[in-house]
Amino acid sequence: MKSEIRNEKEILLKLDDVHVHYGGVHALDGASVAIDEGEIVALMGPNGAGKSTVLKAIFGIAPVHSGEVLWHEKRFKPVPHEVVARGIAFVPQGRRVFKYLTVEENLEIGGFIVGDKKELARRMAEVMETFPALKAKRRTKSGTLSGGQQQMLAIARGLMVDPKVLLLDEPSLGLAPKIVKEVFENIKEINERHGTAIVVVEHNIKSILGIVDRAYVLAKGKVAAQGKPEELLSSGVLEKIFLGEK
Amino acid sequence: MEYLIHLAVMSSIYAILGMSLNLVVGYAGLLSVTHAAFYGVGAYAVGILTVSRGYGFFEATAIGMVCAAAAAWFIGIVSGKFKGDYYALVSFGFNIIVFSIFLNVQSVTRGPLGIPGIPKPELFGTAIRTNAQFLILSIVFALLTYAISQWIVKSSFGRALKGIREDEDALRVFGYDTARYKRIIFMIAAMLAAVAGSLFASYISYIDPSTFSLNESIFILSLVILGGLANVNGSVFGAIVFILLPEILRFVGFPPDIAAQMRQVAYGAILVLLMLYRPQGMFGEYKL
Repeated sequence: MKSEIRNEKEILLKLDDVHVHYGGVHALDGASVAIDEGEIVALMGPNGAGKSTVLKAIFGIAPVHSGEVLWHEKRFKPVPHEVVARGIAFVPQGRRVFKYLTVEENLEIGGFIVGDKKELARRMAEVMETFPALKAKRRTKSGTLSGGQQQMLAIARGLMVDPKVLLLDEPSLGLAPKIVKEVFENIKEINERHGTAIVVVEHNIKSILGIVDRAYVLAKGKVAAQGKPEELLSSGVLEKIFLGEK
Repeated sequence: MEYLIHLAVMSSIYAILGMSLNLVVGYAGLLSVTHAAFYGVGAYAVGILTVSRGYGFFEATAIGMVCAAAAAWFIGIVSGKFKGDYYALVSFGFNIIVFSIFLNVQSVTRGPLGIPGIPKPELFGTAIRTNAQFLILSIVFALLTYAISQWIVKSSFGRALKGIREDEDALRVFGYDTARYKRIIFMIAAMLAAVAGSLFASYISYIDPSTFSLNESIFILSLVILGGLANVNGSVFGAIVFILLPEILRFVGFPPDIAAQMRQVAYGAILVLLMLYRPQGMFGEYKL
């Protein structure tokens, strides 16, 4: 299952043999991941496998010890504000909306690098169209929104920069199953409507495999398997990694 | 009447201190206990430059603002490496350092002897001699501080400050250079505190280091907490209450030797009660 099964589209983003160390702990131990234009890719694996660290390494908020991060096949040193400017948006784990700010203010923060007020307004209108529930609550303090609405706001905030790649860290965390379904539908819709490539770290394997094009399975900081959802499901690799079956 | 004017002048000066500190503590969420240092820098700039060097009040105030901004820039770089309780401790340390400079660099500050005979300001060649005239000047500065504070907190810059307060790491994800934002607001607050210091020095006409000790920083922080974090109006309210409170206690009839201690007890009791029952202060939107 380690064969490179990807389509013919251009590689947007690539991690090549990346090592991330937190003191003596090797969170990533030579992980290589590639994201093509317009695809949805899942990063799966047990706790501590290094899934979230992959996203943090791309975004420059994890200490990359060695290896390369490439954007359009060109090496770059990830620094958050430069990564955003390249067209990569990050929706961190736990939503982390600014609770004392309104929905609109949260979105304006998301569009910080846009600069031009007209363009910011245009993007806000577009994002509100994708998430109509937010439009009705635009002047509401985000701390009073439900968990599902906060997750939508977190994703919407990431979309404010019109990203080419959207990194989502456990978007279903702490949400009711009905809301998780809604969030995943939103993810699919964003991908189809805007052609945004999406990398999603997710524990909810069954649900996420229903919407992704490919998935990487990580274990102990390495890529243990990768492939299309149906191949991963039929191969038994998921049971082996998650349940330790031989 | 003179007594009431005096209270109004002091309330205006402390309102400037409260509003400026609220930008740092209430809006940016940085628990700074060093504001009296910048207050002192402004006061000493006016004291030294007007008495020894013949500068006018407004020139000396401008120089004091620049000195306070420079000090804040340096302190901001060092303290910017810390967060939460550690930030408060570092700021605490800086207040002690600046206080020690006021106390010990006697060739410049005259140390514990202080600087007497600080002249009143002159505006277009006319000296501001009466307390009523000084009240107008201090209210003008307080209103300017109010306008600047409101402009900041309603701008995109103010929004970013609130973002820093709530989740600095999350804000960086959107491309914000949060360290720069923190340094800038710290410098703005320091400059405004220096204005309060220059008004105080000129009004009282005498300064010594004891006015700018750590206790003073805690006093300013307390009035900000009383009025409410992240509420500019609240800081004005806090300043008025904290200036009027000791005056009210005068009428309770404590013996003179314990009256001063009772004021400290009253301030402390207010803080404890606030933390217990209203941690966001009277009008605040955010609690520590």
